[in-house]
Amino acid sequence: MSKVRAEVLVIGGGAAGMSAALAASAYADVTVVDDNPMLGGQIWRAELGKIKSPDAKRLVEQVNSGKVNIINNAQVFGSDSHGCLLAETPDGTIELTFEKLILATGARERFLPFPGWTLPNVLGAGGLQAMVKGGLNIADTRVIVAGTGPLLLAVADHLKAKGAKVICIAEQAPASKIRGFALGLWRFPAKIAQGVALRMRLRDVPYWTDSWVTDCVNDDETTHTISVTVSQSGVARTLECDLLACGFHLVPNTEVAAVLGCRIDDGTVRVDEFQQTSIANIYCAGEPTGIGGVEASLIEGKIAGLAAAGQIDEARRHFAENGKTRRFGDALNAAFTLRDELRSLASADTVVCRCEDVEYGRLIEFANSREAKLQTRCGMGPCQGRICGPANEFLFGWKPGTVRPPIFPVKMEDL
Amino acid sequence: MKFDVAIVGGGIVGAACAYSLSREGLKVVVIESAGIASGTTAAGMGHIVVMDDSEAQFALTRYSQQLWNKLVPGLPKLAEFENCGTIWVAADDEEMAEVRRKHSFYAERGIRSEILDEASLSAAEPNLRRGLAGGLLVSGDSVVYQLFATRFLIDTAKRNGAELMVGKDVVGIDADSVLISDGTTIKCGNVVNAAGFTAAGLSPGLKIAKRKGHLIITERYPNFARHQLVELGYLKSAHGSATDSVAFNVQPRSTGQILLGSSRQFGAVDGEIDHAILRRMTARAFEYMPALRDLSTVRVWTGFRPATPDNLPYIGAMPGQANVYIAAGHEGLGITTSLGTGELIADAILGREPAIPAEPYSPAREIKEH
Repeated sequence: MSKVRAEVLVIGGGAAGMSAALAASAYADVTVVDDNPMLGGQIWRAELGKIKSPDAKRLVEQVNSGKVNIINNAQVFGSDSHGCLLAETPDGTIELTFEKLILATGARERFLPFPGWTLPNVLGAGGLQAMVKGGLNIADTRVIVAGTGPLLLAVADHLKAKGAKVICIAEQAPASKIRGFALGLWRFPAKIAQGVALRMRLRDVPYWTDSWVTDCVNDDETTHTISVTVSQSGVARTLECDLLACGFHLVPNTEVAAVLGCRIDDGTVRVDEFQQTSIANIYCAGEPTGIGGVEASLIEGKIAGLAAAGQIDEARRHFAENGKTRRFGDALNAAFTLRDELRSLASADTVVCRCEDVEYGRLIEFANSREAKLQTRCGMGPCQGRICGPANEFLFGWKPGTVRPPIFPVKMEDL
Repeated sequence: MKFDVAIVGGGIVGAACAYSLSREGLKVVVIESAGIASGTTAAGMGHIVVMDDSEAQFALTRYSQQLWNKLVPGLPKLAEFENCGTIWVAADDEEMAEVRRKHSFYAERGIRSEILDEASLSAAEPNLRRGLAGGLLVSGDSVVYQLFATRFLIDTAKRNGAELMVGKDVVGIDADSVLISDGTTIKCGNVVNAAGFTAAGLSPGLKIAKRKGHLIITERYPNFARHQLVELGYLKSAHGSATDSVAFNVQPRSTGQILLGSSRQFGAVDGEIDHAILRRMTARAFEYMPALRDLSTVRVWTGFRPATPDNLPYIGAMPGQANVYIAAGHEGLGITTSLGTGELIADAILGREPAIPAEPYSPAREIKEH
């Protein structure tokens, strides 16, 4: 097993991770470990090998300039008893030791079960965008984008730019909350500019608030067309499309933090103002500390990087800015909270755990996730409950179960 | 008095006791601290196997296997019972001699088994490496998803009038009651201590040590293995030794997943994954089944076997304590021997003649009355 030693080790090469690495690299030896072939994370995922956003491009170039040691295609799956991390790479397992650790593990989409959500042409909104960035041809494809959060707009924009026909965006949040959120943006002029540009590009795409998919069927299996029923402000409308892209905002990736024993409250990693977790020398930045968007990730990354490199005073200078981006995150999460009606979409035979084929009806009787897991294997499959865990938390109020290594499936010889 | 019998512990052993006792019309309560089947039962493999390491172990495992086979027609599909058989794998000529000894031991006692040579072993399990000496196929052995089976036993007991109390921590046992940590007591005619590795804390004098084990489960690879595969050196390398040990032990689940064991450690108190012994365990497995290297592992977990000094469980009346019975210390065989245990406990409480001699399991072998 090869070993990597770092003064400052950063897990994750997205906005927070890159920002942390760059900030720390002026003062310390920094290694970034990322599970993708290229830096950028989810938000700045490269499109056919190229990153589009100029800001992102600049940051990637700076991190890539040679000062920072970058290990791509490495998936952290657990920790050793001696406090080092284990990562699987195409060339086997590497053991990562560090003096300071910064966790910048990002977020994933939340999915909620409704009848038909497991059909092959129902995809995650972010997932579909990643596939298109990877080369999937979507020209002239009819797509409905549904769920909640600003990601829906970004995805619709991208799909449209690639020639898809976006039929509508169904946003579950009520119009009043969206309006309130938009009005609150005066504090963030850049966001307003972005939002306005986005709405201009999407002006011919209907944006329905108070709207959510209740059902989706493939009537004629010889075609790819699916019928999607949308509850639009209380009126059921059935629409035909080729793809349904769904995402219900984001869920922080806290598994690495959990395996290391960092304190996690309400699904987010608890940090102090220097981004230090409950464990000394382990920092966390970006979405795992609470969904806040890319600006919050950049600032938190910077603070974590400086603090980890011992630059306390320098780190402190960014506190005010961080407070501001955090307020944006709070407003964002408040605007896109999930409405109660979404709890009752699944019917008894709707699959909730896709890995183990566990239906909603089998889960109702259990009091907590562990009981359900032991009796039905819900959450015990290859995704380790990443999809059904957050869904069950929303549907049943179950706290997620304990996280155990390997937190991602690994080849047995790499364990 | 409300209950005829209070059973402390809702693992598979407690569940089997509740099943056997409630069928006889006794009013039973199962008191469980955490959740049904959430302790050692949850961590196990679900192998239903006839063992030959002692006459007493053989008698209890065979009797229990017969009870499992009787239970099967009523067992829901979700219990994933599969009569896949066990192959005891022999690596060399010395172990082939052991295969022949084992074969005649089983034959003398009416258990069907078949000696496999190198070629027939390879045909039966193509993913085993070439060059192994052979093995013994015991076709009557099975596997079960023990968590669902435990639940089935509890549900059946409930239909027979049993009650289930979850979240109650038993802190004391008396002849006519059990004491709960919240200060309440539950009155009962008899108590069965089926508290696994915590049983000795409630019934002083018993000797039950925690013997830690690791298991690995993979994604789905249907037909990768077809039988439960156990290295024949298992007894030599694992059961017999007092030090940490590993052995090759593979189980095909009906889901297509591969379950891999096993490790045995004394003295380990926490459930953390021990990467050093885990790597010894996988290295041992790769010696037998190199193709395991490339299988995708989804989970690793640990559990504690409740081990007694002589590797036999304590089943029967607690010496010096009227109306108290022990059903604990089943080490790594609790899934198999649960059903036999339930019947022996019912026999003891009802004063029935047991189907097999019960003395070898009596707690009296550890605790002498004064």
